[in-house]
Amino acid sequence: MPLYRVGAVTESMILARGLRKSFGDFEAVKGIDVDVRRGEAFGFLGPNGAGKSSTMRMIASVSPISGGSLQILGMDPATDGPAIRGRLGVCPQEDTLDNELNVRDNLYIYGRYFGIPKGEVNSRVDELLEFVSLTEKAKAKVEDLSGGMKRRLTIARSLVNRPDLLLLDEPTTGLDPQARHVLWDQLFRLKQAGVTLVITTHYMDEAEQLCDRLVVMDKGLIAAEGSPRQLIEEHSTREVTELRFGITDETNPHELIAEKVEDLGRLEVLPDRILVYSPDGEEVIAKVHERGLDPIGVLVRRSTLEDVFLKLTGRTLVD
Amino acid sequence: MASTVPDTGLSLVTGTLRQTDYWWTVFKRTWKGGVINSFVSPLFYVVAMGVLLGGFIAGDPAKLEGATSYLAFIVPGLVATHAMTIAVGETTYPVMGAVKWHKTYYSMIATPLEPRHLVAAHMMFVLFRLATACGVFMLVLAPFGVFESWWGPFLAFGSQLLVGMAFAGLVYGYSTRIRSESAFGVLFRLGVLPLTLFSGAFFPISNLGPVLEWVARLTPLWHGVNLSRMFCLDTVDWPLAALNAVVLVAAVVVGWFWSVSGLEQRLAD
Ligand SMILES: Nc1ncnc2c1ncn2[C@@H]1O[C@H](COP(=O)(O)OP(=O)(O)O)[C@@H](O)[C@H]1O
Ligand SMILES: [Mg+2]
Repeated sequence: MPLYRVGAVTESMILARGLRKSFGDFEAVKGIDVDVRRGEAFGFLGPNGAGKSSTMRMIASVSPISGGSLQILGMDPATDGPAIRGRLGVCPQEDTLDNELNVRDNLYIYGRYFGIPKGEVNSRVDELLEFVSLTEKAKAKVEDLSGGMKRRLTIARSLVNRPDLLLLDEPTTGLDPQARHVLWDQLFRLKQAGVTLVITTHYMDEAEQLCDRLVVMDKGLIAAEGSPRQLIEEHSTREVTELRFGITDETNPHELIAEKVEDLGRLEVLPDRILVYSPDGEEVIAKVHERGLDPIGVLVRRSTLEDVFLKLTGRTLVD
Repeated sequence: MASTVPDTGLSLVTGTLRQTDYWWTVFKRTWKGGVINSFVSPLFYVVAMGVLLGGFIAGDPAKLEGATSYLAFIVPGLVATHAMTIAVGETTYPVMGAVKWHKTYYSMIATPLEPRHLVAAHMMFVLFRLATACGVFMLVLAPFGVFESWWGPFLAFGSQLLVGMAFAGLVYGYSTRIRSESAFGVLFRLGVLPLTLFSGAFFPISNLGPVLEWVARLTPLWHGVNLSRMFCLDTVDWPLAALNAVVLVAAVVVGWFWSVSGLEQRLAD
């Protein structure tokens, strides 16, 4: 099997072919191919319901696959689950911290599940509390922590076994901007330290910040794959011009206006604005004015992964 | 797809021992409440039913399965019933909590631990609770002259552990399969309460009439009550004792597989 050879040569951390997951009649993951190699930061970008968490749980070797093949760290989760899980760090989307234990005990107890000797766990716990800036909260109850602190504690917990592969399912969803930046900084330091990261997110800025390579996932399928820059170059233009035209009524002037500018570049007509994909935004604005159109707001910006997603699926990421 | 005997993975003992620190924290958190539930409430029962109510009941050994007083009759059954109550308490809300509310089981199976290890450690904790609760209970009762031999109470203690563990396994498996805690109400009202009242703890099951007497004999609790009582009163009918023991051991074994398969299914989605 070529799958195994690839795994051995390039140190494939995750190798999925035609991977599927069904819940009863419903297919949440519909056959995806994924390769993650040692040391990279890999992302799954997609809206709610895309199948990211289902995929992550299969990778975490807690959810049996429904079809296709999957290898984690060169092993088969169906038979080597415990061995795989011993080398993974998992930060699930939903908090699974033990509210009845204090902050420190959450880490200590979890470390013991991996069979790490007491003394060793204790020193790792101190180190990890320091790393996620929770040393002062060591004796605090979990329920007294803020959302961002809980997330950081979960990340610390996922690091207690010094994992080869760290899985982060929506690490910053629900956090305020400041807490997100603190977390990104910590994830960035892990990445610098050579930890292989797999991140799911529906925030395009998170994917751009953290991921070397990502797949755009929608409705259980992978729509595109590449580095953030490659994806933008391939599926979008360097600049995007956003045009806003006052209140729209049932005659839908957006559609009418769109007809007048459709030669300026590829268009996306959204309820509140028109996006024009053309490499030179200033030129687009000049031409819009030349044609006697008078938008109440114009904005020229760089393309983002949001634009890539819009192009690939016709929908926005966060709705 | 989920198999009870995986190719790799931790042995049952290793996986269970890795949870010692966890259960130690649970113990430290709950032992005070446990003291009330395990010792104080059953003592009230003994005083109210055995001593005070028993004062109105003639201690006729022919009518009380060989007991010379109502207190001596009721004590072995009360302790066995108490074992069931403790086991049910430890395997209902705590199990649902770990699956549904706190989701602690989900964090545990993200490690090398597997569902069978979680069940085993939980069962060890229940066994510990049973041993301390029934052990102390029996010790406290010893001076009241309710035991007819020196060795009987030890075997009675063993049978109390056995009946407790039988219920622990059966109820744990039930708890992994239900979606809402309202199903516990059904369990308590249609399971625990009738068993407590009609399995021979408070009155001889021969009083129930021939049909219901046989129904009572089919319940696991009766086997525990009967075994516990025969040992305490030194009225052992050995073939019957063997049957009681076999039934209870079988229930423990069935309960184990029922619990492990239930938890495997529940956590794998
Ligand atoms: N345990 C489950 N049972 C039934 N359906 C599920 C289950 N888990 C997820 N789903 C469904 O699968 C789809 C994908 O869910 P999920 O993998 O959580 O997506 P994402 O993480 O990308 O938001 C959703 O439609 C969700 O409702
Ligand atoms: Mg998700």
